[in-house]
Amino acid sequence: MTDTTIQLGIVGGYMVLAAAIGVVAYRLTDRTAEDYYLASRTFGTVVLLFTTFATLLSAFTFFGGPNLTFAQGPEWLLVMGLMDGIIFAVLWYVLGYKQWLVGQRHGYVTLGEMLGDRFGSRLLRGLVAAISLFWLFPYVMLQQKGAGQAIVGLTDGAVPFWVGAGGITLFMIVYVAVSGMRGVAWTDTLQGIVMLGLIWAAVAWILSAVGGPSAATARLAETDPEFLALGGGLYTPEYILSTAISIAFGVTMFPQINQRFFVARSQKVLKRTLALWPVLVVLLFVPAFMLGAWAAGLGVTVPENGNVIPAVLNEYTAGWFTAAVVAAALAAMMSSSDSMLLSGASYLTRDLYRPVTDLADEEPTLPARASLAGRVRRSLLGLAVSMGRLLRSDQDREALLARAGVVVFATLSFVASLSAPGTLVQIGDTAFGGFAQLALPVIVALYWPRTTRQGMFAGIVGSQVFYIAHVFVPATTIGGVTVLGSAYFTWDFALYGMALSLLLTVGVSLLTTADADERAETFTVGTRAD
Amino acid sequence: MLVQLQASTTMWDGSNWTRSRFEALGWALAALVVAALAVPWFLWRDSTVVAGLPLWVWWHVGWMGLASVAFYAFTRYGWGVGVESADPAATETPEVSRDD
Repeated sequence: MTDTTIQLGIVGGYMVLAAAIGVVAYRLTDRTAEDYYLASRTFGTVVLLFTTFATLLSAFTFFGGPNLTFAQGPEWLLVMGLMDGIIFAVLWYVLGYKQWLVGQRHGYVTLGEMLGDRFGSRLLRGLVAAISLFWLFPYVMLQQKGAGQAIVGLTDGAVPFWVGAGGITLFMIVYVAVSGMRGVAWTDTLQGIVMLGLIWAAVAWILSAVGGPSAATARLAETDPEFLALGGGLYTPEYILSTAISIAFGVTMFPQINQRFFVARSQKVLKRTLALWPVLVVLLFVPAFMLGAWAAGLGVTVPENGNVIPAVLNEYTAGWFTAAVVAAALAAMMSSSDSMLLSGASYLTRDLYRPVTDLADEEPTLPARASLAGRVRRSLLGLAVSMGRLLRSDQDREALLARAGVVVFATLSFVASLSAPGTLVQIGDTAFGGFAQLALPVIVALYWPRTTRQGMFAGIVGSQVFYIAHVFVPATTIGGVTVLGSAYFTWDFALYGMALSLLLTVGVSLLTTADADERAETFTVGTRAD
Repeated sequence: MLVQLQASTTMWDGSNWTRSRFEALGWALAALVVAALAVPWFLWRDSTVVAGLPLWVWWHVGWMGLASVAFYAFTRYGWGVGVESADPAATETPEVSRDD
């Protein structure tokens, strides 16, 4: 048996196991939307912890991150710890616990649904879903690209990129469409445990081959002494803080993470998860990122478009072990992508499709043409009603559409991944920052009863326009000041966008009054919800 | 458990409103300290190696352990602060039916 056969056998065997779990979960899933998307809010500590954890991890854990520490030094582990271990944990309480309480009380399944109901606005619901899908798409594409590259690297090009990425995509479509949230969470749990186990085994194997951590670090001190000193190069305090803050806030608004705020069985589950969070982050990222940095000292050569972790494993461990670690990396990608597909589909069907079809059933009265705003609203509403009439259907078709949404989303992002521009990190950072723009308006809405619908629209639209302009419009210098660049006064533009979102949400809310159908009391929850 | 029950009782009591505010502020401050020192800024540009790893990596690992303990303490003694409503009158009655 050749090496390639063994390697593909390990990856394939792992995928069959994950699929088997998906099928068992499917047999336990009943046909309601709440069960398909949220497993009827029944997750215990281990499953919630690992499904959230595995969902957070991505191609970046095994590939992008170690590549960065290989090139720039290991400080990224500090960024990761602060971001995922601490800021995200605090937001887990501030946003997550609050959303959990509100979701328990009112039965919400998505963020858009929660905000749309509170502010009496279907348009807001649709807007939040549309923005989320816009940022989710490149991120799913990134995962598929990573999967394809991993398989190309593993098989030395014997399996071409499109077959690798396509195979992973097809496999995910099947088990997400079949088993829903329960299957996704159970496979995530398996994937999380596999990743954690293998990264430690990898570190142990390599360190014992080179003579322990002291020897590995000593070699790093010879080749790249700068890597051992905290900071320097890419790592400025501004970079560390900007990255950690914008990504941590962005993570909470990613559909697949935000939806997990609704699924805990009890408060006890939320509490245990919070306390275990920082430890879990250290356990995974410190070894993974140190391995990337040590590889620089070991003089590992990374092939063009390749990744440092498989390269260092190939040099110091057995071929089957490299294959197992690559399988774990594929697990990391799948555990993010499957959840993204499921959540993306729920946003698509519940927040975009259903409101439009409901509208057609209601036969709403169109606003007068008196003003420009009236005319715009009139034509938007008219368009929505005619689309709704076109799409109107029974509930059965909605369940089918949810699955069709999974298929369409995954296929499009796979096609996009074939010619994806830019590096993994650049694409990923763009999506995280885009989601981060939503976080502060949502927090304001959850905690401040004076927030108005217009305030929400201003905060969300204003910050998205600001952020997207900075991503897509090239930087220009006007009167000696660079605008639309990547930073102002050395701080990332994503942070300025977040500040703008806060300012607009609060400012416009203060200047406007709530309409009669905005229900601030929706978000007031007491201890009785437990 | 008893501690929690007491905490929530005081929060329902209007006269103790300032106390729960004070508690929330204290926890927020603690969270800020936990976040602020996850990166050992005082070791900036330091490259001391201890037991095979840079000292700043050890600090980070230890600090994250401490963060876990702090979060655990919060779930025991501070849970609910700032999130659950202090005023029972403002709380909406639970809805009897859900739409799906």
